[in-house]
Amino acid sequence: MTKKKIKKPLTIDQKITRRNFISFGVFGAAAIGGVFGWKWLYHSAIETKGITGGAHKPLRRALNKTEIIFRRLFYSENHLVKTYPKSMAAKDVRYNSDIGIENNKPFDIATWKLQVKKQNGEVLNITLQDLKALPKTEIVFDFKCVEGWDQISYWGGVRFIDFITHYNLHDQTQLQYVGMETPDKTYYVGIDTPSAIHPQTILAYEVNAKPLPLDHGAPLRLIIPVKYGIKNLKRIGIISFSNTRPRDYWAELGYDYYSGL
Amino acid sequence: MRWTHWVNFPILTIMIWSGMLIYWADDEYSITLFGHTFFKFFPEWFYKKFGLVHRLSEGMAFHFLFMWFFFLNGILYVAYTLFSGEWRELVPQKKSFKEAWLVLLHDLHIRKMAPPQNKYNAAQRIAYTAIIVMGIGSVITGLAIYKPVQFYYLTWICGGYHFARILHFALTIGYVLFFVIHIVQVILAGWKNFSSVINGFEVIDTKPKPVIEKAHDEEKD
Repeated sequence: MTKKKIKKPLTIDQKITRRNFISFGVFGAAAIGGVFGWKWLYHSAIETKGITGGAHKPLRRALNKTEIIFRRLFYSENHLVKTYPKSMAAKDVRYNSDIGIENNKPFDIATWKLQVKKQNGEVLNITLQDLKALPKTEIVFDFKCVEGWDQISYWGGVRFIDFITHYNLHDQTQLQYVGMETPDKTYYVGIDTPSAIHPQTILAYEVNAKPLPLDHGAPLRLIIPVKYGIKNLKRIGIISFSNTRPRDYWAELGYDYYSGL
Repeated sequence: MRWTHWVNFPILTIMIWSGMLIYWADDEYSITLFGHTFFKFFPEWFYKKFGLVHRLSEGMAFHFLFMWFFFLNGILYVAYTLFSGEWRELVPQKKSFKEAWLVLLHDLHIRKMAPPQNKYNAAQRIAYTAIIVMGIGSVITGLAIYKPVQFYYLTWICGGYHFARILHFALTIGYVLFFVIHIVQVILAGWKNFSSVINGFEVIDTKPKPVIEKAHDEEKD
């Protein structure tokens, strides 16, 4: 570093070559980076199965973060799902799944009771007659499935929030999640409490003004219009409350835990 | 402009691909006129060939991550275009709609002369502005079917859940068509034009040699 080199100003041609070199270099590097980034993501490990499962780890993180953003910024219990006149409701309500209520499983509708498990261990046993004695709410709305189809259908039952009020469960809904399971515990969903106590969430015992048929979840099913169909559990056996996410059938298989609309 | 353009390419590809994984689960769209189905989206072999079967949850997970990148990249592009004043080169002018027709005829070799232009010709102005409008449309229709309860007003604007899904799908088909034409045009425009989208300049314009000859001849389409 004894003698300073005097830099000659670059000729235009040199400048062009230089800029080209830099631009294409950066472009090439970015392209290669992109390809490697994609490969990394595409082949990233699948999460270890817990409450959620089946998704690539980074994608699961993204789903959970996205849930937080949408819940914080956009969710409001004042946002109601659009309702329709009864005449628009489908006569033949689509039946998509029988997980947890399969025909070959023994189930006696007459002895069915809804079990409500409080956090302190106390268990309430509630009959269908008890529920029918509560104020009835009906809703005609567009039921939406993750698969992409939707259908306007007509349900009747007890609003979940009315149910909570009647059985004095407000201390339970201070907790963050509500869990529901079929009596045989093979289908189960976890729902964030704000969605569960949304004014349009219903414990339904009727469809098209008639008692629920078995394949639609008799005697009692969940109708939660702010969620995809996968959360609308058929044949509720147990309701519980917790501050951690209850297990959820489809979240274990790679779907978003929140699945809110 | 250049950066967002190239960033958009892989993002949009991933969005289309993951969208296909989702669409597979309820593939009800087809082109049907007077009771005759001309084309079904998509034939079974198509799904099989590209491995699009039974991957709904995976598709959703990818779609709902890359939607953020698609959105942010779009915001960046629009913001840059506005602040740099480049929108003036891009937004169609009154005469563009008439001229675009002439450009089309010229490109199809039906007409010899193309109308004079600046950076972009009339057809490009319309196409490149339309693609941005389409991008915004995809975000809006996407949100309308993603959160139809929270964004009920978007769903309403889009003509309901059903129609929003159709629009969202149709826009995607639009991208594919745009892409095909775009690629053909890029190939026809040649390497120098292509490289200008990477390095930001077109060399011929600065080279002193052919100055006289090329005042008006230089075309970039």
